[in-house]
Amino acid sequence: MIDKFIEDKGDKIVVDTEIEGRKGIIDFDTLRSGGLIKQKQKDMFTIRLRCPGGRIPLSKLVKIAEVAKRYGSNYVHLSFRQSIEIPYINYRHFKAIYDELAEVGQKVASCGPRIRVPTACSGCEYNPNGITDTQKIAMLVDEKFFGKDLPHKFKISFSGCPIDCARTSENDLGFQGAVKPIWDETTCVGCRICSKACKEGAIISESESGKPIFLTEKCLYCGDCIRSCPTDSWQEGLKGWIVRVGGRHGRHPIIGCKIAEFLTDEEIPSFIEIVTKWYEEQGKEDGKVRIGVILQDQEKWSNFIQTLKENFKDKILNDPRPPRSMEIHF
Amino acid sequence: MNEIDKERVDQHLNLRGVLCPINFVKIKLKLEEMNDGENLEVIIDDGEPMQNVPRSIKEDGHKIIGIKKLADGSFKLLIKKGGIKV
Repeated sequence: MIDKFIEDKGDKIVVDTEIEGRKGIIDFDTLRSGGLIKQKQKDMFTIRLRCPGGRIPLSKLVKIAEVAKRYGSNYVHLSFRQSIEIPYINYRHFKAIYDELAEVGQKVASCGPRIRVPTACSGCEYNPNGITDTQKIAMLVDEKFFGKDLPHKFKISFSGCPIDCARTSENDLGFQGAVKPIWDETTCVGCRICSKACKEGAIISESESGKPIFLTEKCLYCGDCIRSCPTDSWQEGLKGWIVRVGGRHGRHPIIGCKIAEFLTDEEIPSFIEIVTKWYEEQGKEDGKVRIGVILQDQEKWSNFIQTLKENFKDKILNDPRPPRSMEIHF
Repeated sequence: MNEIDKERVDQHLNLRGVLCPINFVKIKLKLEEMNDGENLEVIIDDGEPMQNVPRSIKEDGHKIIGIKKLADGSFKLLIKKGGIKV
């Protein structure tokens, strides 16, 4: 979006705050890595804040409003990835703004070829559909991986259920909450509510007894049957994260497909570690290319899946589909 | 559970034609007036109401003790007011 206005890359400016360990004469690329995006207007920048999962404590929100009022315009902008951006900031005020935001622990985001701030839905804390704690894990992943340099930008998102509000298929790496239902015949009274509650036709009630027939291949693991069963005959079985890889939006969108099932919270950091390490290695050969493009090469796809299988065994699907390009222009 | 007609009915609500989530809100309000352990009989439509209402009743800590499909395609639910407030 705003990135396209950075045309005068040769330009350098002097800043009195430290960005990525540098001070003084800094070029625009360095500024972008510090979440500072050049505007059309002379000397003006947009500051993108780091708001993992789109959750902003009120103490920070008040301070952001103060800073925006003092140094910026009369509004802030919500970025497409859940962060607050403060437009119309003169670069002379970078240091003052960094310092004031630091008083409440508010950090600045990042642009460019690296791991971005993770996005997430509200998760299982108060959303009735939520299966997994997306907010907790987004915070943890932000803490551990934010800013890691990679061949190209790398976006991670977390959805708490198969409705997938965080669009896991459109991110370089997406994690979606899932729960496998288990049925207990002894407590089931054949009321048929589960077959009504299931939106996927994965549960059919036997015409005589009303007892459910479960069609695994149709199940999205949303847990509606578990939540609706009056006798608790549907119980939580395996619970965790479905993983999608290689998605992106932009000029040439790619849809990432499911590659793994029921990853635990504890496995997520090592999963990201292994995927980004593979990507880093591959990038040495391919240059500045998104992971979804690399993974469309059949040989590289097999190698990628093999690498994951060595580490995550049967949690990796047997014959997963590689990311698919979507033509949207012609 | 299918012996719904033999259970005691303390209150009754006909919610035919009442859409989500108004049907559930009406059930909630009625249950608030009732005592724990009393039974509320409701009639709701098939489709979206049957997809959502039973789950919401359960999440609020009540128990569905009976269910019956009626001749017109709607459903009769018998709800026992629960003491658990979620």
